[in-house]
Amino acid sequence: MKKNWPLWEVFVRSKNGLEHRHSGSLHAADAEMALENARDVYTRRNEGVSIWVVASNNITASNPENNGELFEPAQDKVYRHPTFYELPDDVKHM
Amino acid sequence: MKEYLYKYILGIADNSLILGQRLGELCGHGPSLEIDIACTNISLDLFGQSRSYYQYAATIKGGNTTEDDIAFLRKEREYLNLLLVEQPNRNFAHTMARQFLFDHFHLLLLKELEKSTDFTLSAIAKKSIKEVSYHARFSSDWIKRLGNGTAISHDKIQIAIDSLWTYTDELFHQTEADKTMVSEGIGVDVTKFKEIYLQKVSDIITEATLKTPETTWFQKGGKQGVHTEHLGYLLSDLQYMQRTYPNMEW
Repeated sequence: MKKNWPLWEVFVRSKNGLEHRHSGSLHAADAEMALENARDVYTRRNEGVSIWVVASNNITASNPENNGELFEPAQDKVYRHPTFYELPDDVKHM
Repeated sequence: MKEYLYKYILGIADNSLILGQRLGELCGHGPSLEIDIACTNISLDLFGQSRSYYQYAATIKGGNTTEDDIAFLRKEREYLNLLLVEQPNRNFAHTMARQFLFDHFHLLLLKELEKSTDFTLSAIAKKSIKEVSYHARFSSDWIKRLGNGTAISHDKIQIAIDSLWTYTDELFHQTEADKTMVSEGIGVDVTKFKEIYLQKVSDIITEATLKTPETTWFQKGGKQGVHTEHLGYLLSDLQYMQRTYPNMEW
């Protein structure tokens, strides 16, 4: 194949009630083919109950060069984590 | 009667085994990574189905016969698969056309086999229907894609369909074993859905902007064990390990 098909990002929901998670990417000519390819590449070991595919060029991504201004200011603000509460013993899964 | 049931099962199982082997040849050689995985997935579905059938056939044959004996140690003339499924891959259009022409037949067959009075065959059919529904969807999509694609893909898929069409009439032939099993309520009367098959297949061919061949001369013989020259080569690959290292196990 001289020219590759466009790239698609694949999101798989492993169980009802859970969210779709990014599984990886693949090449396909269009959305329908992307869905079938995703089924074969990412759910062949019983990983999913639902698939989303999104053309990779539709995703706007943050620039790693901007990581400093985007993410570092949050690092020293521990008070934004809910770690200063006393949790009653009966509360689980927090 | 037992002999007919045994042969009837092989007549179905061998299609899955041989087509599975053909698709397996593409492992690592598919036109793209995604299509490679798709074809080998289908191959594994088919191998899984043939195992279920052979396990059942082994119990009917009795003695020390195992599923592996049946799958790997028969002679060419003892394989009862359709000529269609043993045809070589040649190019991707041939692979998809072969798959497409078989899948729609396979699906109709399984939907009838599910109603069989034989509990085991009915159960295998029921399980396989979901797999084969996907196979038919996959191959039909590719027929439409290639037909509606470029001038080259259009020509290639038309040539592939034209050259494989000669093997389609055999899908609806009946052996003695078939007829006996139909009369027992175990087997499927394939002649009943020939028209449905032709309609379904030609609808998709038309949607793909292709022409349904009008050939009236057809090949036959696979169901009697008389094969095209391609099967021998396929079997020499398939049987290599069992012939070279007899009784080896995985």
